[in-house]
Amino acid sequence: MEYLAYGAFFLTVAMTYSIICLGLNVQWGQTGLFNVGVAAFVGVGAYTSALLTTPETAERVGGFGLPIAVGWIGAALVSAAVSFLVGALTIRMRADYLAITTFGIAIALQLCFQNLEPLTGGVFGVGFIPRAFAGVQGDAILFNLLNLALAGALVLAIYLLLEHLMRAPWGRVLRAVREDETAAQSLGKNPTALRLQAFVLGGGIMGLAGGVQAHFVGFIAPANYLPMMTFQVWAMLIVGGSGNNRGAILGAVLVWAIWALSGSLISEVFPADQQARAASLQIVIIGVMLCLILLWRPQGLLPERASVSKHLGNRHDT
Amino acid sequence: MTSVAPSGPALAAQSLVKTFGGLDVIRGMSLELGPGELLGLIGPNGAGKTTMFNLLAGTLAPSSGAILLQGRDVTTLSQERRCAGGLSRSFQIPRPFARMSVLENVMTSAQGQLGESVISALFRPNRVAAQERAHARRARELLDFVSLSHLEDQPASVLSGGQRKLLELARVLMTEPRVILLDEPAAGVNPALLDLIIDRIAQINASGIAVLLIEHNMEMIARLCPRVIVMAAGQLLAEGAPEEVTRRADVVDVYLEGMPA
Repeated sequence: MEYLAYGAFFLTVAMTYSIICLGLNVQWGQTGLFNVGVAAFVGVGAYTSALLTTPETAERVGGFGLPIAVGWIGAALVSAAVSFLVGALTIRMRADYLAITTFGIAIALQLCFQNLEPLTGGVFGVGFIPRAFAGVQGDAILFNLLNLALAGALVLAIYLLLEHLMRAPWGRVLRAVREDETAAQSLGKNPTALRLQAFVLGGGIMGLAGGVQAHFVGFIAPANYLPMMTFQVWAMLIVGGSGNNRGAILGAVLVWAIWALSGSLISEVFPADQQARAASLQIVIIGVMLCLILLWRPQGLLPERASVSKHLGNRHDT
Repeated sequence: MTSVAPSGPALAAQSLVKTFGGLDVIRGMSLELGPGELLGLIGPNGAGKTTMFNLLAGTLAPSSGAILLQGRDVTTLSQERRCAGGLSRSFQIPRPFARMSVLENVMTSAQGQLGESVISALFRPNRVAAQERAHARRARELLDFVSLSHLEDQPASVLSGGQRKLLELARVLMTEPRVILLDEPAAGVNPALLDLIIDRIAQINASGIAVLLIEHNMEMIARLCPRVIVMAAGQLLAEGAPEEVTRRADVVDVYLEGMPA
């Protein structure tokens, strides 16, 4: 039974990563935006949600003791707003320049999490974040299964929403911008506005994921939002299949599984005084996995499907 | 753009100048494309023809001068706004959306798509669906027109060079243009497809769309264009019927310049 509880716990965390990965798929998979600041947008969501829902704390602004659902919505909205501000300044930059800029912004935001003590609680972060189904917390299996159901339902909802949008003309024109911005512009499209829209939607989804994670774990700290998280999410998307929403979910579950399994394996195999050092092997394993995928299946396990407008039936039946 | 003065030119360039750094690429170039006209733009390599296209389409901003689209000054208007105003272009090296299907490539270029807004895509599904069906029908007509129907489900990356030119033609037509700029639609195209392309351009023009055509293939120019203008070194060198212009000594000279004696 312990395994069931752990399995549900593991999958719930994987579901939160799936949400982040779906957000990155809007930005990179569909639109070609090289966002290397994923962790910061997740962090903004997590801190927003924590601030809104924790009980009032003496040394910190807030908390406001609001319901978890309000925290989730706030997480998505504030992260979308931050994405808009970042995007408005940077979205005209081409691939690698956007990557450098978002990386820098992510570092800056992470330092803000760490140092804006009155807002974020500094290095110690924020604890006592209300957890969904806290009433049954004593029953680990039930608690984890209920959370898994909730996170799974959320992933499904976001997946359906994104599939709808990706198969609408909006998704098509994003792919056109990704494929050839100059050509899209010559055909009357506004690439800057479209790139910004995708950046904001993706960022909002990442923020929501941050909120969900915070409420599931019940505790957040600046160290959760280091570039390592960005690397993990990118590995998930590349392994699963960039441009494919199912691939994003599959990649998140798979990479998280390898991450978690290798973590417990390392703690079994290595003596206690070597474990901190051995933990780096986790990164090595993910890196090797990334290399293998790029060599043998560069489009990921579930490659992008040739998506035609959802409004069309079979050929020539219109 | 509905209040069109029927007598005025469809597209006019007035004393355009374009300077890159210290280099004058376009040096006071003017041209007029009449409504429904098929005008050839020829000249040796480096004469500034493609730069001229980029200025007209709005890909580049001129250093000075003015551009009028159906009587309206569009000099400062962005490329996408000019496209919405009825001006569309193709590229010398075709730029297909490689990983999208041929049909999607064409459907993407329809103007005024409701479903390109997230809000409409989510909350007005019926209107978006109706528009999509209409656009799909039109896109398939255009693919028939350029003989690419059999490839509609294929990614554009599989198309040959000539087929890419045809796809660009279909994409340009999907924008419902009044004026089109075609940059070397025959370059690198095999002879069988060349006849098809020439025929289709003639048909497009016969439907009332004004065409400005850059081309090195003189056979194509002679078959299509009643009037050509010759550019050299960023300026207008000559204009007239193709057979007259190509006999002029100064035109022959600029073409032979730089060639081994």
